[in-house]
Amino acid sequence: MKGAGLDGVSVHHVTRRTFCRWVGAASAISLGCSGAPETPPSSTTGRSKVVIAQDPKLRDTRGKLSPQRVAALLNRALQALFDRDHPAEAWHQVVRPGQVVGLKVNCLAGKGASTSVELVEAVCESLQQAGIRPDKIVVWDRLNADLESAGFRIRERGPGVRFIGNDVLGYSDELYAHGKAGSLVCRTLTEVCDVVINLPVLKDHSITGVTIALKNLFGAIHNPNKYHLNAGDPYVADVFMLPPIRSKVRLSICDAFTPVYQGGPSYMPQWMWPFNSLLVSLDPVALDYIGWQLIEQKRAEAGMKPLRELKREPRYIFTAADAQHRLGVCDPQRIQVIRI
Amino acid sequence: MDRQLASSNPATQVPVDQAPLTECAYRGFDTPCWERREFLKCAAATGTYWLVNPLWAARTNDAVFTREARHYEKLPHKQVKCVLCPRECVVDDRERGYCGVRENRSGTYYTLVYSRACSAHVDPIEKKPFFHFLPGTAAFSVATAGCNVNCKMCQNWEISQVRPEQVQAMYLPPDKLAQLAKQTGCASIAYTYSEPVVFYEWMYDCARASRPLGIKNVVVTGGYIKEKPLRELCKVVDAIKVDLKGFSERYYQEVVNGQLKPVLDALLVMKSEGVWLEIVYLVVPTLNDKEGELRQLARWVKSQLGPDVPLHFTRFYPQYLLKNLPPTPIATLERAKQIADAEGLHYVYIGNVPGHPGENTYCPRCKRPVVERIGYQIRGVHLNRGKCKHCQQPIPGVWKS
Repeated sequence: MKGAGLDGVSVHHVTRRTFCRWVGAASAISLGCSGAPETPPSSTTGRSKVVIAQDPKLRDTRGKLSPQRVAALLNRALQALFDRDHPAEAWHQVVRPGQVVGLKVNCLAGKGASTSVELVEAVCESLQQAGIRPDKIVVWDRLNADLESAGFRIRERGPGVRFIGNDVLGYSDELYAHGKAGSLVCRTLTEVCDVVINLPVLKDHSITGVTIALKNLFGAIHNPNKYHLNAGDPYVADVFMLPPIRSKVRLSICDAFTPVYQGGPSYMPQWMWPFNSLLVSLDPVALDYIGWQLIEQKRAEAGMKPLRELKREPRYIFTAADAQHRLGVCDPQRIQVIRI
Repeated sequence: MDRQLASSNPATQVPVDQAPLTECAYRGFDTPCWERREFLKCAAATGTYWLVNPLWAARTNDAVFTREARHYEKLPHKQVKCVLCPRECVVDDRERGYCGVRENRSGTYYTLVYSRACSAHVDPIEKKPFFHFLPGTAAFSVATAGCNVNCKMCQNWEISQVRPEQVQAMYLPPDKLAQLAKQTGCASIAYTYSEPVVFYEWMYDCARASRPLGIKNVVVTGGYIKEKPLRELCKVVDAIKVDLKGFSERYYQEVVNGQLKPVLDALLVMKSEGVWLEIVYLVVPTLNDKEGELRQLARWVKSQLGPDVPLHFTRFYPQYLLKNLPPTPIATLERAKQIADAEGLHYVYIGNVPGHPGENTYCPRCKRPVVERIGYQIRGVHLNRGKCKHCQQPIPGVWKS
C-alpha cells in the first residue's frame, strides 16, 4: 500500500523539510480561504481538515496543565475545524442534546502517557455547554483499573458524568467481522453510546509504528492482542470498519500535549516532548497521517531512524484509506492542515 | 475434536444463568473456594459440569491467578520477550502477548491464568480424541482462557479467543485438580479445549501433582511451542494430541495465524521424547483438502514419525469466522483416509462422523477390528495385553492392563 507525497509521486514517507514546507503551504491556503463559506469536512470526499491547535503556555511553571487554557485551546480547535464563531455551534456539528456521548480515552499506559484528565474535563464541560446532560456523557476505556491508573475516578452510575471500563458491562453477544478482524465490541459502545468522540494520545508504538486515532479503537474490542501482527496492517483498519465502531465514532481529538516519539506506547519520559497541542479532525485517517509525520519529524530531530527502517511503518493508515475501507484520506494533497 | 460445549447433549445443557453453579460461582469467584459436596452434586446433576459464561464481565481477584512466567527474557526499558511459543512476543510494560493471558508488569512477565480454570468437564478420552490411550476411560478435562493462534474455524473461540477476565473462572490449584480427578474416577487429566501452551505453568504443576496419585496427563494442543519448554513438558505428561491444522505454510498464515514449520518441529521433539502421540487433521472444504496436500502429510508422518502414529481426519462444521463453508463431505474424509492408508499409515481414522466404520481401530495385520467405537462410546475391545486377540499383532498405544 502506498501513499502519495507532495509531488504526486507515490512514496511511503515525507521528509522533514518537505513536510514543513507542505504544512506551511497548507496553512497559508487555509488562512487565505478563511472567509469562504463552510463546506462540511468529509472523510470520503474532498479534503479532510486536520486542526493542529497549539498553546505554548498550556502549562504553568511547574509543568502542570492549566485547565482553563486546555479548555480554551479545545474550543478554538473545534471552532477552527467547523469554522464557527461560537464553541457550542461547533459542538452541535457533532452531538445533539439527548444523545448519549461516549468519550473513548486511552489509559493503558497510566498517568503521563494517557489522555489527560484536563482534556477530558474540558470536553465534558464543552459538551454540557452544548446541551448534553452530564449523565449522558460516558468516559470509557478497557478496564476500570486503566482509567484509575490514568487519574480518573470510576463512577458507574449517578447524576454526573460516568467513568466506566469495559469490564463493567462486558462485550456484545454478536461477533462482528470485517476483513481479517473478528471481534466482540464493548457494550458501552454498542448499547450505551449514540455517538463516540475519540480521545487518543499521540504516541510511537513499538509494534504498529504509531498509535493515534485509528488504533485507539482497539480498546473497544475484546481481543486487541490478536491484531498486532504485521505492524497492525490491515487489522487496525479492519477493526475500525466494524459496524458499531465505524457508525458511531464522529470526531477525533488527539491529546498531543506530551507526545511519545520512541518507546511507546509505554510511558517513556526520556522520549517525550512538550508539544502542547491538540490534533482535531473528523477524519481519523488524516489525523493519523499527520500525527505519524509529526512523530517521524521528532524522531529525525533526535537522530532516530524512521519507522520504515525499523519495520514498523504504520501501513495500516494507507490501508484505512484504500478502496476497501474508505475511512478517510491519507494523501497529503487531500488533507488541509490548519495550524492555530 | 475436543469441543467444549457442542458435544454435550442439548437436552442436558443448562443455560448459564440457570446452571447449578457452586456458591463461589455466584460470587464471581472472588474467593477461591470449592465445596466438594456441591461439586459432586453439580457433576451428578449434569453428567458433566461447566462453569463457563463466555464474555461475561467477571470481576475476579486477579492476584490469586497470577504467577511469574517461566519462559521469558528481560529486555531493556522494561520490555520482555516471551520464549514459550514460536511467536516470541516482545511485550511492552503493561501490555500482553498475543495469547492475551500473559502480561508485562514493570518488566516482569506474568501468567494470569495459573489455576484459573474457565472450563472443567469429565469427558471420555475418545472425545479428545485419543484412540490408543486408555480407551473407555474418563479424562478430567480443563482449560483456561487464551490461545497462541487464532484459527478462523475455532470451535471454542468463546474461551480461546478471549482474555481471562472476560470469562468466568474458578480457582483450581494443582493439588485440588489432582484430587478431583481421583475422586471422580478419571484415569487422566486432559489439558484441552483452548490451548494448553498458554497455561503452561499450571499444566506443568498439575501434571507433577497428579502423577503420585496414579493419574495420567494428556495434552490437546496445536503444538505451537518452542523446543525447551516442550521437552520439559514431555517429561511430566503421558500423551499429546496435536491438531495439525493443515500442511501448507499458506494455510497456517491465512487461516491459523501461525506457522507450520514450528509445529512440525514440535512433533519431532514429542516423538523423540517418547511421549504417546496422536495427530488430528481437521479437513476444511476447499482450504486444506487437496489430494496432494493430504498425500504430503501422510508421507511426512510416515517418514518422520513412523506408520504407527494415529492420524485422525475429522469433519469440519461451520464455526466462528468460517461460517461460509459447508461441513466436510464424508466422501472427502473417506478419500483422505484412503490416501493415508495407501501411503502406509497403520492407524487412520475418520472423526466427527458418529457410527462411521472409520472410527474403529483395525489390526494392520489381520485387518479385523480390535477396538470398536460409536462416537465416544467403546463397543468392544479385542486386545490382550496390547496385542490383537485374533493374530497377536502388537497394537501400539497405552492400554489398560
